[in-house]
Amino acid sequence: MIRDVAFGQFFPGKSIIHRVDPRAKIIMLTAFLIIIFCTFNYLSLLLVTLFTATFIALSGVPVKFYFKSLKVIVFIVLITSVLNMFYGTGDPIWEWGILKITLNGINRAIFITVRIICLILASSCLTFTTSPTDLTDALERLMKPLNKIHFPVHEIAMMMSLALRFVPTLLEETDKITQAQKARGADMESGNIFQRIKSFIPILIPLFVSAFRRAYDLATAMECRCYRGGNGRTRMKIIHMTKTDVISFCILGFIICGVVLCNIFVTAAI
Amino acid sequence: MSNILELKNLSYIYGEGTPFEKCAVSNISLEIKKGEFIGIIGHTGSGKSTLVQMLNGLIKPSGGQVIFDGADIWENPKEIRRIRFKVGMVFQYPEYQLFEETVYKDISFGPSNMGKSGAELDQAVKAAALFTGLKEELLYKSPFDLSGGEKRRAAIAGVIAMDPEVLVLDEPTAGLDPMGRDVLLSQIVQYHKERKNTVLLVSHSMEDIARVADRIIVMNNSEAVMYDETKEVFSKGRELEKIGLRVPQITKIMLKLKEKGYDVADGILNVDDALAQIFSLLKKEGKI
Repeated sequence: MIRDVAFGQFFPGKSIIHRVDPRAKIIMLTAFLIIIFCTFNYLSLLLVTLFTATFIALSGVPVKFYFKSLKVIVFIVLITSVLNMFYGTGDPIWEWGILKITLNGINRAIFITVRIICLILASSCLTFTTSPTDLTDALERLMKPLNKIHFPVHEIAMMMSLALRFVPTLLEETDKITQAQKARGADMESGNIFQRIKSFIPILIPLFVSAFRRAYDLATAMECRCYRGGNGRTRMKIIHMTKTDVISFCILGFIICGVVLCNIFVTAAI
Repeated sequence: MSNILELKNLSYIYGEGTPFEKCAVSNISLEIKKGEFIGIIGHTGSGKSTLVQMLNGLIKPSGGQVIFDGADIWENPKEIRRIRFKVGMVFQYPEYQLFEETVYKDISFGPSNMGKSGAELDQAVKAAALFTGLKEELLYKSPFDLSGGEKRRAAIAGVIAMDPEVLVLDEPTAGLDPMGRDVLLSQIVQYHKERKNTVLLVSHSMEDIARVADRIIVMNNSEAVMYDETKEVFSKGRELEKIGLRVPQITKIMLKLKEKGYDVADGILNVDDALAQIFSLLKKEGKI
């Protein structure tokens, strides 16, 4: 079933990572992702990997789900690492026609693999531990300065949270319609690619019809409760910075310093 | 009569191995005879819908077997589609599955998947439309232009057109007006009588179930806690109330009378029977 995809799912919990301010989490994730790509030697790579592992352990979400989220990108990782292997500089270790593998190339391949894996794991850590509402709420607040240049921050955030809110609903609906059409003998497992695409029509049409119906209903319901955009709208839950957030920023600072120092004092591998 | 469906230690667990793991059906064993009209009742979330979805192999049981006509339906997973034609399934709010340009085409989706065509197909579609009371001129309209009740009929016709040996209906009357409910229910009964096939009806309306079912499966907390003749089940009013269900109003009145010491029979299911009982009681006491 489609629901088996783990990437982007939220696992409710009470771990320290769950409790960190969602705004802080977004800022730190962004910084951490940049740091991941600023690692140029094995020591800093190890440092980044260790920290990713620590985040995973602290999040309290079963490791199994992190592996599940990696499953989606196995191919991307494989292809990029193989390609990188052939783009190294220096003396070739192995040569065949125009293809040659160098020590530098192998290093590059290892780096890109570890970096992508860390990137996915760290992002999963954010989505696993932050509810979609908190996430969009935090994004709206972080993007608030953009209001000055007439960027519709509230509208975008509202659209995002509505889209996220309807993902499970629509998945469930897809499941239901698929079951109903299968019960009428729809065959989605056999046939060539064209037949398979055609066999999705009985699912897609009812799905679109119901998505539009839901959208109209929701719009009416929002208007009935006097929704008219973000101006002057107050919030039910106001997020505040706490001690946990300060500590986590300190840890982030430590990681940045660590990686920068490594880059200065250890010779680069790539 | 022989058994058409047999469930052996059937169970189903949602999201096995995730934090959201939930047992929806646990260890159900029962037999359904050919030509029976079975009612399935139980409060929301008791596992009724999951149970019926296993009957035609839409979901694979986590444990146990579904035996149709003597053979396990999962014996040959590639042939599961053939079981779905034999065990027809009408979902809750089936009108949301309509997709074709015309009602006629939509009803013919099932039978044409079975390989029917030409006159045979035409006959199946028209017969199904007749059973559900769809007027002929509606067949050539877009399903999205029909009223709610008509859409429901069209969707049910889409399953009936496959002429299944077992017809499973999950809350077919939910959201219809009282008149629409009555008419649809009598059409299902009529269909059952004429085709002599097996019908399973899931419903929240005890009145509906009391009216039509021969036997009733009562579900509670993913288990089948009762499976007996309609009369027997509804004579256990107290037990039903304990699991969040109730008996039909008229049955309840008669149960109360009995508790007060009047000599009336158990499990009265309709007003006519109740009237007869009360009249005979009054006569016996010499009041009329």
